[in-house]
Amino acid sequence: MTLRFSKHTLANGLDVLLHEDRDCPIVAVNIWYHVGSKNERPGHTGFAHLFEHLMFEGSEHHDRGYFQPLQGAGATLNGSTNADRTNYWEVVPSNALELALWMESDRMGHLLPALTDAKFSNQRDVVLNERRQNYENRPYGLAPMALLAALFPPDHPYHWTTIGEVADLHAVTLDQVHAFFRRYYHPSNASLALAGDFDPDAALALVDRYFGSIEPGERVTPVRQTATLAGETRIFYEDRVELPRIHIGWLTPEMFGDGDADLDLAADLLANGKTSRLYKRLVFEERLATDVSATQNSREMAGYMQLTATASPGHSLAELERVMLEEVAKLAREGPTDDDILCGRMQAEAQFMFRLQTVGGFGGKSDQLNAYNVFLGNPDYFDRDLARYNAVTKASLAESLVRYLDPARRVTLSIVPQGRADLAASDSTRVAVV
Amino acid sequence: MKRTTFESVDRTRLPVPGPPRPLTFPALEKSVLSNGLRLWTVRHTQVPLVSLLLLVRRGAASDAPGREGLAAMTADMLDEGSGLSSAIDMHQKMARIGAQFDTDIGSDATVASVTVLTRFIEPALSLLSDIVARPALREEDFARVRQLRLHRLKQLRDMPATVADRAFLRLLYGDQPYGHSPIGSEPSLASMTIDDVRAFHRSAIRPSDATLIAVGDTNHEEIARIAAAAFSDWTGEAQDGPAESGSLPAPSPLTIVPRPGAPQSELRIGHVAVPRDTPDYHALVVGNMILGGQFVSRINLNLREDKGFTYGARTAFEFRRRPGPFVLQVGVQTAATVRAIEESIGELSAIRGPRPVTPEELSLATAALTRGYARNFETAEQISRGAMQIALYDLPDDYFAQFVPSVERVTCADVTRAMAAHLDPARLTTLVVGDLDAIAPDVGRLALGDPAILGADSF
Repeated sequence: MTLRFSKHTLANGLDVLLHEDRDCPIVAVNIWYHVGSKNERPGHTGFAHLFEHLMFEGSEHHDRGYFQPLQGAGATLNGSTNADRTNYWEVVPSNALELALWMESDRMGHLLPALTDAKFSNQRDVVLNERRQNYENRPYGLAPMALLAALFPPDHPYHWTTIGEVADLHAVTLDQVHAFFRRYYHPSNASLALAGDFDPDAALALVDRYFGSIEPGERVTPVRQTATLAGETRIFYEDRVELPRIHIGWLTPEMFGDGDADLDLAADLLANGKTSRLYKRLVFEERLATDVSATQNSREMAGYMQLTATASPGHSLAELERVMLEEVAKLAREGPTDDDILCGRMQAEAQFMFRLQTVGGFGGKSDQLNAYNVFLGNPDYFDRDLARYNAVTKASLAESLVRYLDPARRVTLSIVPQGRADLAASDSTRVAVV
Repeated sequence: MKRTTFESVDRTRLPVPGPPRPLTFPALEKSVLSNGLRLWTVRHTQVPLVSLLLLVRRGAASDAPGREGLAAMTADMLDEGSGLSSAIDMHQKMARIGAQFDTDIGSDATVASVTVLTRFIEPALSLLSDIVARPALREEDFARVRQLRLHRLKQLRDMPATVADRAFLRLLYGDQPYGHSPIGSEPSLASMTIDDVRAFHRSAIRPSDATLIAVGDTNHEEIARIAAAAFSDWTGEAQDGPAESGSLPAPSPLTIVPRPGAPQSELRIGHVAVPRDTPDYHALVVGNMILGGQFVSRINLNLREDKGFTYGARTAFEFRRRPGPFVLQVGVQTAATVRAIEESIGELSAIRGPRPVTPEELSLATAALTRGYARNFETAEQISRGAMQIALYDLPDDYFAQFVPSVERVTCADVTRAMAAHLDPARLTTLVVGDLDAIAPDVGRLALGDPAILGADSF
């Protein structure tokens, strides 16, 4: 199940990845800029994401909404920002490929003349509302702020969330926005992937025509910063919730790093689905929790594993914490079963196949090629990525658990109902989250 | 300054797309198994995956009064084991073949679906039949699942958008079949027994009104053979759910569910509208795109892009087998609550005539619906979900092929007439889940009368 593609680099440094797939008369245009909230500094958070919004507000030669012409051609489109990168994509009928390239290249090469103070302050209001909707007015919604702040030190680029701090968003100026664009939004900090119904030679010529004359810009030095947890941090905050919840977080290897696949599978074995160990014990048998989940969050510089469980009424976070740590320790001690490894491989094969179904959108083939190209410098990684999961053994998974999920080096976060600080896990310190 | 010399790009105008490559719509092959189960298949060979979907046309609207939540509870119990095997055994079997399994419950349907590597189609169908036709429905599993659902209800009270959705259905439909969300309520779940679930499974989850849809790299005869064996012992006639009785309630024009200190107000504005089989379906789909069905809709451009009140606003006619609601939904910053309601009601009123749909709006909405239609046929699961719509709403076999011409026939006058016929400002109900103290001083401006105050635990 190899993903066939060709890679070209334009004279200005823009990487171009082409994957031909003629099944459906559509083309995915997917562009990654290697910039995310990790390129921000304390006091200036939320910038990369706010900027993503401004990319949809028009550029010099089309100084109107970005959506209208593309939607009029039958496209669907979106963008997203995370800690490590910002992506933008359109899925267009094959006949509208040139239109999409015109639009993407105009906002890469000619955004600033159209970027006014009015657009900027409107989109800041929209982002503040996005923050209210997805974080502040959502139960447990501020958990990422508290967890990341405790896992990574204040000067580490993963200390803050992508949405940013309210005070920082209010402090941003239009000049800073311009400087940010010049620094990060240019061909040598971008990767363009096309997947779908097109002729590769003709498509490459079109890409060169539209993007080739854009100034390369200065290469961006990758951000590199390590983080370690010296001990255990126990914190809590009060929220408008009915049931208390506990998060346990550990620092883990970076994306594609040694142990990353082990911990990804370990997360599934611990807490994802009815067959997982923690679901069986906490939800199915002992009924201490209403839900439980686990994620290995792999990022470019570092990862973090997060276990989450919500207490059933009448049960305490202390009970949950004890069982969660017991099951982690047991899996580390005994390792997974043969059946676990078999299921893990089968899931990996199916998951990788699911990703091959779509040319575009979040996680489709074009997005996948860009991920490999931007993070590894090598888009030809699909098979090797799957091989990482097939290489996981009982011993390697157990070793990674012992090495990374150390109960003495973790963050334990309790979220409790208003006025019920007594429900937090023992010895927790109150933290302010906003 | 910028280098402009060798750029051979004409940036004075946008490229105009050439003629589209024609799309061949997937063909449905149909047969009926001896127990009455309809089998529909579509060949889709791009990736070695198969999407299996079993649609039973009974859902939350089949819940009897006092048994709200029963259909959803039954759907939740389907994968809790079969025969002597436990829920965990069943899920272990799915994990061994890397199957992705899901159940969905709606007002009119219960759906169990599995996506799996093609080579596992036989065990996947066997598991699907265990789930739908032979669930164990054990008392001890029921007690656990009910408890989880009661906890879930408790947690949903913290989620303003869900509180708004649940309260709004209650305001619009009262005790009618569409008046509750599938999960039901604390009292109805508390009084429910495993016998209710068994009875619902026996009377509603039956092959006579069910369709098995399979999309993938496989042929109809092979699936028919495997399905006939897997579902052979599933028999019986599905009984109808409760009929509508009496009339719809007449809710207060403005209702507030207090959420002290909330940074945003969740708004729902709408009324009961039309069923899926309305002859105005395509005109309403186009009209809704313009009003609130896309990023560039009037409502979103007004409330988000012009005013900055929200992260996003949208409207929908929820087409169902019986008349479903029209709803505008938006979360706005608390201080903008009253202005957002004024602007919203203004937009709903304007599109019916005062500010009718323009030819430019019509052509953009029509193009978005028709030129992008091919995207809906990329994956096996998209195609099986599309076929499910045909089965659920008794649409014609050539529905996919007819969609684009039907949309292209819609005129501005059609949209204005359909909106005027099915959107009535005088009947609108507005619901706010938000900080009452902060909003109260301004609501008088709305001329909607004194707001009714609804406790978060009263529905």
